[in-house]
Amino acid sequence: MSPKTLYDKIWDAHVAHEAEDGTCLLYIDRHLVHEVTSPQAFEGLRMTGRTVRAPERTIAVPDHNVPTTEDRVNGITNVESRIQVEALDQNAREFGIHYYPVNDVRQGIVHIVGPEQGWTLPGMTVVCGDSHTATHGAFGALAHGIGTSEVEHVLATQTLIQKKSKNMKVEITGKLSPGVTAKDITLSVIARTGTAGGTGYVIEYCGEAIRDLSMEGRMTVCNMAIEGGARAGLIAPDETTFAYCQGRPHAPKGAAWEAAVDWWKTLHSDDDAQWDKVLTIKGEDIAPVVTWGTSPEDTLPITATVPSPSDFEGGKVDAVKRSLAYMGLTPGQKLSEVEIDTVFIGSCTNGRIEDLRAAAEILKGKKIKDGLRAMVVPGSGLVRAQAEEEGLADIFKEAGFEWRMAGCSMCLAMNPDQLSEEERCASTSNRNFEGRQGRGGRTHLLSPAMAAAAAITGHLTDIREMM
Amino acid sequence: MEKFTKLTGIAAPLPLINIDTDMIIPKQFLKTIKRSGLGANLFDEMRFTLDGAEIESFVLNQPAYREAQILVAGDNFGCGSSREHAPWALLDFGIRCVIAPSFADIFYNNCFKNGILPIALPQEAVDVLMKDAEKGANARMDIDLEAQTVTSSDGDVFTFELDAFKKHCLLNGLDDIGQSLGKVASIDSYEAQIAQSHPWV
Repeated sequence: MSPKTLYDKIWDAHVAHEAEDGTCLLYIDRHLVHEVTSPQAFEGLRMTGRTVRAPERTIAVPDHNVPTTEDRVNGITNVESRIQVEALDQNAREFGIHYYPVNDVRQGIVHIVGPEQGWTLPGMTVVCGDSHTATHGAFGALAHGIGTSEVEHVLATQTLIQKKSKNMKVEITGKLSPGVTAKDITLSVIARTGTAGGTGYVIEYCGEAIRDLSMEGRMTVCNMAIEGGARAGLIAPDETTFAYCQGRPHAPKGAAWEAAVDWWKTLHSDDDAQWDKVLTIKGEDIAPVVTWGTSPEDTLPITATVPSPSDFEGGKVDAVKRSLAYMGLTPGQKLSEVEIDTVFIGSCTNGRIEDLRAAAEILKGKKIKDGLRAMVVPGSGLVRAQAEEEGLADIFKEAGFEWRMAGCSMCLAMNPDQLSEEERCASTSNRNFEGRQGRGGRTHLLSPAMAAAAAITGHLTDIREMM
Repeated sequence: MEKFTKLTGIAAPLPLINIDTDMIIPKQFLKTIKRSGLGANLFDEMRFTLDGAEIESFVLNQPAYREAQILVAGDNFGCGSSREHAPWALLDFGIRCVIAPSFADIFYNNCFKNGILPIALPQEAVDVLMKDAEKGANARMDIDLEAQTVTSSDGDVFTFELDAFKKHCLLNGLDDIGQSLGKVASIDSYEAQIAQSHPWV
């Protein structure tokens, strides 16, 4: 048998039909659904008299535009948001799919709920009408975002029309230095590949530094594979993965568990597998990083200075001019001296319990800078409950952070959590696009610990100075 | 889905790289449960001031380009979110074709589900077409999907590549779901097989 990559193996295990030209119907094991990209798909089913083929494989949860204030138990005030959440509620009941309503403690960001509930397992195909579906690749599941027409296609057929992508290996060798996290890895990879560097590829992240990460860190790495343009990011499952999955509500039990693990252990790239592209980075060369511009590729170590348009070539020259004007930054300015107005800790990138622990560790016994706005939005109701039990919520509140309910919140600012014009935010989310967190808002992406450090000092800060 | 065969129209130049889907249709317009009506807010934050007045310098506000049906843009067009509202907004405005050196994967696929043709051409070709687009309303480009060509107003012809299946669906305005349901026997047999081999899935 010819050697295969992990991606090849998962792909081969899911081809339900292959046409002569290589166009496949890829079977989908888990379809995650949220309120913003699904209403038109369900409406499409109704208009054509179709139904959901596999409701037992379909899981819905509202997350994108739910408010994160505690008064949301009384209902959503914004009419349009309420209509979308009500539509999801109705569609979930009408089509009989699994559903975590907004007031269920298990509600949260779809990419946090899926793994938490054991829906996401190694070797699966997972899709969702959301680009950060890449997150689930951390389990060795082939997971990617789809558009609403494809959501409708998966609902109706439980398959997706796909052609195979190319294989790219991203290896992070050796150990990470103190203060360097999964977020720094994933941003540093994008800094090297560019936001289009992964287009047409599925990336497999490997190497000692990746193996050493917890499942939560691995999810952070894979989450941003899409920011590098890749269709999906993958990490081969191992004992860390199995330990995370075991005992989750929807993970297999007993003999089924044993059989599953036996198969999962075969899910790794063969030693002599062929790669279309390889990128190797030494773990020790990765520093704590922040973004300075309006693309995730605009990433530099916190010790660097704001670059000049003349440092670049091609279309990037004008893009950098535009970014610097938008961000209100001057070439040569030290990144560690950039003052911030707001700190946001949360999102499907960094809204899990370990992220909250990392931030709380820095904040313990400290106060945020006077006048700063800071909020923590746990990724799910269960993360929130656990953080309260561990005393993390108290640390955040005593430091001056707002302690919120679960949702996507200020990562994409569809709910009331938004930046105003020129408000500068240190954010643990995934996109620093113009207007992403609110029109005219300025986003600097960084790790949870770095966000906590910035909250204390009031400016972007090298976490290593606080350790 | 409307067929796409040939198109002769005004091309608007948008010489920016990494035009993301948040730029194409900002999130405040994603709260709809319909596919229609998004053209009014296409490129909203680049096109309008906070109080809703048109920003004159933005290309689609200029008289020559108000009726544009083609966009010529920089590398990595459509990056970011998977929101299909981006192609819906383009289509609703009247854009049927986008030409760029490269496209983000999800956006590219979403276009084909909506009768929009995304054309990827080498940077040098896009540079020529960008200059052509800058000439305004009298310079019209011709797109021929069957022949896979773009012809500038000066008669420069560029051939583009695309997947044969995607081309077939677009030329004939075919519904993906209907086609896939035609293969339901394969899906049935896959499910039966997996129920035996991987019952926990």
